Amino acid sequence: MTGRQEDVLRESPSQTAGPYLHIGCTPSLEGIRSDGGDLGREMWTGAAPRDPIEIHGVIYDGVGDPLRDAMVEFWQADAAGAFAAPVAGGDEPSCNGWARRVTDPKTGLWQLTTVKPGRVSWGDGQLQAPHISVWIVARGINVGLNTRLYFEDEPGPNALDPVLSSLRPLRRDETLLARSTGTARYHFDIRLQGPDETVFFDI
Amino acid sequence: MIGADANGRFRPRDRNWQPKALTPTYKSSRLRSPTQPLIAFPSSPSEETGPIFGHDRIGPLDHDLIRNFARPGESPIGPRLIVHGQVRDQSGHPVSGALIEVWQANSGGRYRHRNESYLAPLDPNFGGCGRTVTDDKGRYEFATIQPGPYPWPNGPNDWRPAHIHFSLFGHSFAQRLITQMYFEGDPHIALCPIVGAIEDPAAVAALVAPLDMSRTLPMDSRAYRFDIVLRGRFQTPFENRGDGL
Repeated sequence: MTGRQEDVLRESPSQTAGPYLHIGCTPSLEGIRSDGGDLGREMWTGAAPRDPIEIHGVIYDGVGDPLRDAMVEFWQADAAGAFAAPVAGGDEPSCNGWARRVTDPKTGLWQLTTVKPGRVSWGDGQLQAPHISVWIVARGINVGLNTRLYFEDEPGPNALDPVLSSLRPLRRDETLLARSTGTARYHFDIRLQGPDETVFFDI
Repeated sequence: MIGADANGRFRPRDRNWQPKALTPTYKSSRLRSPTQPLIAFPSSPSEETGPIFGHDRIGPLDHDLIRNFARPGESPIGPRLIVHGQVRDQSGHPVSGALIEVWQANSGGRYRHRNESYLAPLDPNFGGCGRTVTDDKGRYEFATIQPGPYPWPNGPNDWRPAHIHFSLFGHSFAQRLITQMYFEGDPHIALCPIVGAIEDPAAVAALVAPLDMSRTLPMDSRAYRFDIVLRGRFQTPFENRGDGL
């Protein structure tokens, strides 16, 4: 309408991360860096968080085999619902809200220790239910997959969440719920295909 | 109406420009591609924010793949290269402070990875891993050696064009991108099923870095230029998708 559309550059096309993403993203696993300098190892820097939770999960392909060569990244607000604030001068935030995991080469399991995020704004006064943004790349995935992890034991906020609410008529909202497996422990499986295929987002 | 901030919501990805999830000639995509349509919603703070990568997280040799794994006084085998470029968003604004991570095979086409079994040898002086953060103009630069093409198990005789994997993290989680850089003139580009996942020839061309003689170091290294565009935002609240879910 404004003509501005023609001025918009095209996003660079995505390509698969391939089977060797560890070299670039978790190089210490390949013996390339010995200083433990992999980025995204911990969701929090500095003092350990109060009330940590532990989340496990597996990503399954279309025949139910675990992805053993995938990378998962997580981005979340802190327990108060605040995202890590930009810090001037390259100082490190004490709470970065971001972590990455590669799936176990034998079992496909990933494990994340974090805190349950607080509720963040939807932009019009509504609040979203506690959730973690999840991004998955691997061999065979041409464009990284975006999804969200919500918590089964937050029924009140989940009922009002705008994203989950939009999925409820499709009966697909439950694919995004991490199951409570004990005190402060959760399990979140992702299915790339099949009757229980996880919801992926175009965000 | 969904509240529109001054920066605007993210533009949706152009799914006809990007590769499809299922591209059967790339066999690994068959069981790893979602079959249901993606669900769209307007970006929220969860998508519009992201971590900050300070330059202090990056070591002095992290951008120099010629030196960052080599034994003292030695260097890897292969044509010496500078790979450089600028990272912008779709509005053309430079993206400063973007984290770029790269990985690649050595000059024989062999990766330093536990699952790699190609018969070409490892290079004791090459790790194949680099990272950097873009400067205030969105610019970056790596020193490396030319990776070799290599065969891979897909069709009966598939070879990857020489390439460097690029992982990009801009200012927002919604901008996250992994892609591959190819080299101008490589005849394997047109034959590769992974490249072929991209349907539009103009999109393929966006991943092919041209030789850049202006940045060549005489008697030292040739240069290739690879510019990258990350997702951008609508420029005014008026343009925003306001229709919600």
